[in-house]
Amino acid sequence: MLNTWLHQHRLALRLALRRLSKTPWITLLSLLAIGIAITLPVGGQLLLDNARQLLRNASTTPQISIFMATSARRATADALSAKLNNHAAVARFQFLPREATLARIKTNPNLREVVEALPDNPYPDAFIVTARDDSAASLDALAEEFRQWPDVAHVQLDSAWVRRLDAFLRLGRNALALLDGLLAAGLVAITFNITRMQALTHRTEIELSQLLGATPGFIRRPFLYFGALLGLGGGLTACVLVTLATWWLDRPLADLLYLYDIRFSLQPLQLRDTAVLLGASTILGWLGALLSLGQRLRRT
Amino acid sequence: MIHFDCVSKRYPPGMDALSALSFTVAEGEMVTITGHSGAGKSTLLNLIAAIEKPTSGSVLVAGQNVGSLSRTALPYLRRRLGLVLQNQQLLFDRTVFDNVMLPLAITGFPPKEAAQRVRAALDKVGLAAREKALPIALSGGEQQRVAIARAVVSRPAILLADEPTAHLDSATAADVARIFHEFNRAGVTVLIATYDAQLFPAVRSLHLDHGHLIPSIPEHSLTRASC
Repeated sequence: MLNTWLHQHRLALRLALRRLSKTPWITLLSLLAIGIAITLPVGGQLLLDNARQLLRNASTTPQISIFMATSARRATADALSAKLNNHAAVARFQFLPREATLARIKTNPNLREVVEALPDNPYPDAFIVTARDDSAASLDALAEEFRQWPDVAHVQLDSAWVRRLDAFLRLGRNALALLDGLLAAGLVAITFNITRMQALTHRTEIELSQLLGATPGFIRRPFLYFGALLGLGGGLTACVLVTLATWWLDRPLADLLYLYDIRFSLQPLQLRDTAVLLGASTILGWLGALLSLGQRLRRT
Repeated sequence: MIHFDCVSKRYPPGMDALSALSFTVAEGEMVTITGHSGAGKSTLLNLIAAIEKPTSGSVLVAGQNVGSLSRTALPYLRRRLGLVLQNQQLLFDRTVFDNVMLPLAITGFPPKEAAQRVRAALDKVGLAAREKALPIALSGGEQQRVAIARAVVSRPAILLADEPTAHLDSATAADVARIFHEFNRAGVTVLIATYDAQLFPAVRSLHLDHGHLIPSIPEHSLTRASC
């Protein structure tokens, strides 16, 4: 039973391969059309990933500054130190004792006189905190939490650029999702049409098979393999195109960024992304063929 | 094996291809369907194979009403029939062997056994040596014999043939007729639509005239019931 099933699938696959190789130019151009269609969203994803990487490398990680009240006692600051130490959302922090700050300011000859004229040390104890999660929302939440702590006079979070980056990446992600959807539909449409032409070419065979007692499943099988192979081939074409583009753009981009003192290299397509890409294109090709055949078989 | 009960087939806009046909073909019997061109011979065979549905009446094949078969049941009826169609409908991009293999591939026959059966069927129609040829390289008579081999390779209980000897010279036609006789002797129920009933002497004949069955002798299984 299983053998028969395997044998039938092997026959269908062989038939699909033969049909693809019988019209090499049409096959090649179809693969190119599908490949280019897939290259756009995949290339976009790659650019987005790289942009994220680049922005993360280029900018300093956002930090939260906590300024204590000048009246606060050192014991309170030590207690906050201990709290930050145990805080799950804090990656690391630095304690700046007010004496050290004063000493540092005094090294500046211009400010030294001004500071020495003051009766007290004007600088508070301070902490500089690096959060584990640098998304705008969690930074905001963390800053708000710090504000509630005792003897904290001021919490400063420079989140403007984090927000901009977030908005930029969100726009990129949404645009890409849109592109993904459109081109997935495009891929289905392409395989739908190619399969339809195939079904027309093999109309005699379909009709004859029906007369000889073939089930719709039997008739559909080679066409489904045909569509899936087209999708898979298109996916592979896209992988090659994206890899070529990465290789082509990597050097000039690195040279450009070097001028801005940024060391960067384009990350190629990851193995996991490649697998997802090939899987998705195969399934979409199969789907296009299924829709095309479903329509055709209902009419005959 | 095959039973027609008051079967009519009307094509729009009101042309009657078959009118109130009732007859029975027994298991293992050989019957020819004769009549002028357009008498309804092909329509009659099409109704048995459920290629068309009767406008009224019922067609029973092995006790099954084929006119009311569901789409999913249809393939399994067809697998019990061997069809030799008017235009042989061979696949010209496949070898003779692969053409004859098609019905077995459809039913999912084990490949080794299938190959043996294909060779046996080709041997029976005298084309054992041509299995690797493409149909285009064969003469009309040889193509017809490939179609017959394809019809019998799955050893159907019923063999339907539509003008199997048309366009053949008399020697080849006699040869084809002999092949049908052999299958019938092996127990297959055979129905042949033909303009040339003399190729099949001593065989009961159903004679059609403008869609009506004309009684002939002997008429043991022919009933002229009122529909």
